[in-house]
Amino acid sequence: MTAIVENKPAYDGKELDLSGKSGARAFKNVLATVLIVAAFVIALIPLIWILWTVVSKGYHLLLSADWWSQSQRGVTVRREGGGAYHAIMGTLIMALITAVIAVPIAVLGAVYLVEYGKGTKAARAVSFMVDILTGVPSIVAALFIYAVWITIFGFNRVGFAVSLALVLLMLPVVLRSTEEMLKLVPDELREASYALGVPKWKTILKVVVPTAFGGIVTGVMLGLARVMGETAPLLILVGYSKNINLNPFDGFMGALPTMINQDRTELALQPAADRVWSAALTLILLVLALNLLARLVARFSTIKSK
Amino acid sequence: MSSPDGTEPPDRPAEPAASGGEPRIEDVVDTTGPAAVHFETLTDENDDGRPAAPEPEESKKKLDLGPVGHLGDRLFSGLAHGSGGLVVVIVAFVGIFLLALAIPSLADNNTSFLFSRVWEPGGSDPKFGIAALFYTTIISSIIAMLIAVPIAIGVALFVTYYAPRRIATPVAHAVDLLAAVPSIVYGLWGLLFFAPILLPVINGLSAALGWIPLFEKPIGDNVGVIFTISVVLAIMILPVVTAISREIFAQTPIAHREGALALGSTKWEMIRMAVLPYGRSGVTSAAMLGLGRALGETVAVMIILTVPNGNDPWNSSIFAGGETFASKIANNAAEFDTPEKTGAFIAAGLVLFVVTFLVNSAARLIVARSAPGAKRPRRNRRATEGASV
Amino acid sequence: MFVNRLVRVGSVAVASLGVLALSACGSDPEPSGSSSPSTGSSSTGAECPQGTLNAEGSSAQKNAIEEVISKYNESCDKVTVNYNPTGSGAGIKQFNNGQVDFAGSDSALKTEAKDGGESEAAQAAKRCATNPALNLPMVIGPVAIAYNVDGLPKLVLDGATAAQIFQGTVKTWNDPAIAKLNAGVTLPSAPISVFFRSDESGTTENFTKYLKAAGGAAWKGEPAKKWTGTGAGKEKSAGVAEGVKSTKNSITYVEWSYAVDNKLGVAQIDNGSGAPVELTAETAGKALAAAKPAGTGSDLSMKLDYATKEAGAYPIILVTYEIACSKGLPAEKTALVKSFLTYFAGKDGQGALTELNYAPLPEEIRTKVDAAIQTIS
Repeated sequence: MTAIVENKPAYDGKELDLSGKSGARAFKNVLATVLIVAAFVIALIPLIWILWTVVSKGYHLLLSADWWSQSQRGVTVRREGGGAYHAIMGTLIMALITAVIAVPIAVLGAVYLVEYGKGTKAARAVSFMVDILTGVPSIVAALFIYAVWITIFGFNRVGFAVSLALVLLMLPVVLRSTEEMLKLVPDELREASYALGVPKWKTILKVVVPTAFGGIVTGVMLGLARVMGETAPLLILVGYSKNINLNPFDGFMGALPTMINQDRTELALQPAADRVWSAALTLILLVLALNLLARLVARFSTIKSK
Repeated sequence: MSSPDGTEPPDRPAEPAASGGEPRIEDVVDTTGPAAVHFETLTDENDDGRPAAPEPEESKKKLDLGPVGHLGDRLFSGLAHGSGGLVVVIVAFVGIFLLALAIPSLADNNTSFLFSRVWEPGGSDPKFGIAALFYTTIISSIIAMLIAVPIAIGVALFVTYYAPRRIATPVAHAVDLLAAVPSIVYGLWGLLFFAPILLPVINGLSAALGWIPLFEKPIGDNVGVIFTISVVLAIMILPVVTAISREIFAQTPIAHREGALALGSTKWEMIRMAVLPYGRSGVTSAAMLGLGRALGETVAVMIILTVPNGNDPWNSSIFAGGETFASKIANNAAEFDTPEKTGAFIAAGLVLFVVTFLVNSAARLIVARSAPGAKRPRRNRRATEGASV
Repeated sequence: MFVNRLVRVGSVAVASLGVLALSACGSDPEPSGSSSPSTGSSSTGAECPQGTLNAEGSSAQKNAIEEVISKYNESCDKVTVNYNPTGSGAGIKQFNNGQVDFAGSDSALKTEAKDGGESEAAQAAKRCATNPALNLPMVIGPVAIAYNVDGLPKLVLDGATAAQIFQGTVKTWNDPAIAKLNAGVTLPSAPISVFFRSDESGTTENFTKYLKAAGGAAWKGEPAKKWTGTGAGKEKSAGVAEGVKSTKNSITYVEWSYAVDNKLGVAQIDNGSGAPVELTAETAGKALAAAKPAGTGSDLSMKLDYATKEAGAYPIILVTYEIACSKGLPAEKTALVKSFLTYFAGKDGQGALTELNYAPLPEEIRTKVDAAIQTIS
């Protein structure tokens, strides 16, 4: 009995460890604590190191307005100046197109899995296919789109082709997270809606999806964050341009990962090295902004009832 | 994803078996009046429901008229089914296209695709096999896992049960942020800053364990080796594995934890007896997801790993260079100048695809079989709850 | 109510994304060259067309063409030129598929068919509406044998020794073969770490051509884009340069500019003339001047003499050709290609290359190239 009284407030306290245990057990406990803290420290070292590298080497270019408003046109690896506007826009445009294509399919697919197909063979087949899609490495997705878009249709390499490859990568992420969120919607809500005679589609649109909305948005943002940092599809499916090109259907297009890839070949030169780390930091900040946005949206739209 | 109160297991039956009551209700709604289609006159049924104001009225009408809206239902159900079908079609397309492109090359291949280590596609005597690629891909990912998973578990335990909340939350967010660092940055960092400091580690390990072929170091001070890439991959997958493990550990039912403590166990014993068993399957699946990511990692591997030349005898040591499927494809993507050559690389991509898929399905299988959270809806599994601990 | 929230949240999300995307209105930077005493803008800018020119190919000329594009834009700022340094093979493939307007390649279009298909030249002619494509030698990139050995500021190699090192038959730095060429220098007894290009590259092809021609029996493989010697592979020029930079007692072959930028030692080549030849723009140009044209008439592809014994000629050079249609492109593209290549082959364009560690075209060849460009129509 006393043990409970003593231990209960001590989830995060240390005085608990030493009270009345045998030597070996106390030792094991201390050892485990040490190991766990050590794991934490070991993990932190490289992670902080990477972030520190990127931030310390990349922040100063980000402070200039040019970085956010100019392209790299005419700026060679030996010269300073220019910005990442072309690459930021390219990344955002491709991400936006990806989202526009992937999100409806993913959400509707999840609705199918949770609301319509539940338990049927067809649903299991779809679920299985989603698993396969989850396992597609980005390079394979890029090869597939290359085979279709360029080898078979004979189109040019354009930003849109990259978006198509990214759809393949984003679709399963969003579909799975949406599915999980829809499953969390209590059946009572659906039943109440049905009991009022609301047709199923309206129940889904007005009750189920809004209830899970915050979670769905979070999933979308995380999916976007995932695909924005992808390099392999960009290497294979679109040429890099230092110039501003906002048309995803024509011409080469800059993007942050390919901007890094372009300048990383000249890391011995200071201007190029600066741009590499700054572009990396910009990409991380964009993804961070999306994550914050997702949290914000989730907070605004979460339904408190459970 | 995470419920703020970690103690209640989410009430979501992962298995279709638990869906007992619901379809019946749907059936009732769906099938009561198939003949009532001619009531389908309400135009606002057909739009997507944006006008919010008439909503209550609408429902009243519906109550009066009985179940209507079959057109809307059909449309929406069609869309949903269509999307599900589209996923199937997409995956089938991916598979068929890749196979179609790979098969002619495979047919022309003059050596064993699975067991040869030669890679000379194209030309008049195409020879290519994936044995070396397969070995490097698998061994680097497995070592990455061996390093990352214990550390990730440690970090997850630290964040959930050891650190004060003031520290835990920012740390958790910081680790999440690292998942956002693009892989090319990991690659550059690994090449420029991290690999050089690994040289003493490599020398030490090979001095101690060099009698095992796996740890035998070839001459020279090359740090662009499988071991280096394994460590970098471990760092890359650490955030993912940590994030998932953290969520799982946080969901350990409070009753289990308090029960263990009440029996006088130390904190470690509580974790070993309550938290770890509860989280085992979740952590396994997290590890598998990390493994999947490590297998498919492209740019970081391509930047760091050195490629052995074709003349030296093949070296199985982790202190030698190598090529993974993804790095091989990406490194040679610029030279896909003939369909035969392209096909050979696509065939390699297919193998990677299959391997990654197997890993992912293994993860899902493990979760489905023994996930405590998924299998224990409060309502009807109470009886089994105690037994499984 | 739910719909309200849906609309509200949706619009918040869209608006935030929009703000993120459109917060700044982008522009091109001011041409930085205008402030520096550049010789641009003065000549050639006769008539400037407008439009976008896409090109792709050799990574060996990446720095050269980027500099020239930058200079070109100072006089013709309405033209956008994109160059993707993905590799010679990729450049030719994209050119033949009509994806780019001209290609850069480290070797001229091959006239013999391979794999039972059409030859590169035939495919290119098809792409140019049955007009032959021109091989215009444009950039001379010397290939350096770059090394990293402490206390060894100068290293002399000849063809045979280089071939032995890269073949793997000479394994240590103090091997008698190296010592003989470097009398009076203490060479370390350390093993030689060789780095090679793991991607297929024109640099490898040209370097192995040199090893084959000058190394004799010491080099066993055939010249090819794929490395057949010893060593550890690194990705692209940047990779091998970085590998040598970070690894003691290592050696590689890499474009000169990478060796200079990474502050690597560059071996002098004893081509048999008696005195070792240091790598300079001048010595590399001399080797090209000794080269003979491989074709006739307007075909300007060069046959390099890698085994040249001419005094003061640095034999390992790589010529990057611009491959363009002689006829058959749409009129506006033709004007763009012509305008840009004219500038590239002009004195201003070539003059920009020396400081980037390329060699300018010898005047005699330059005038021929220029004449060929003027025939494009």
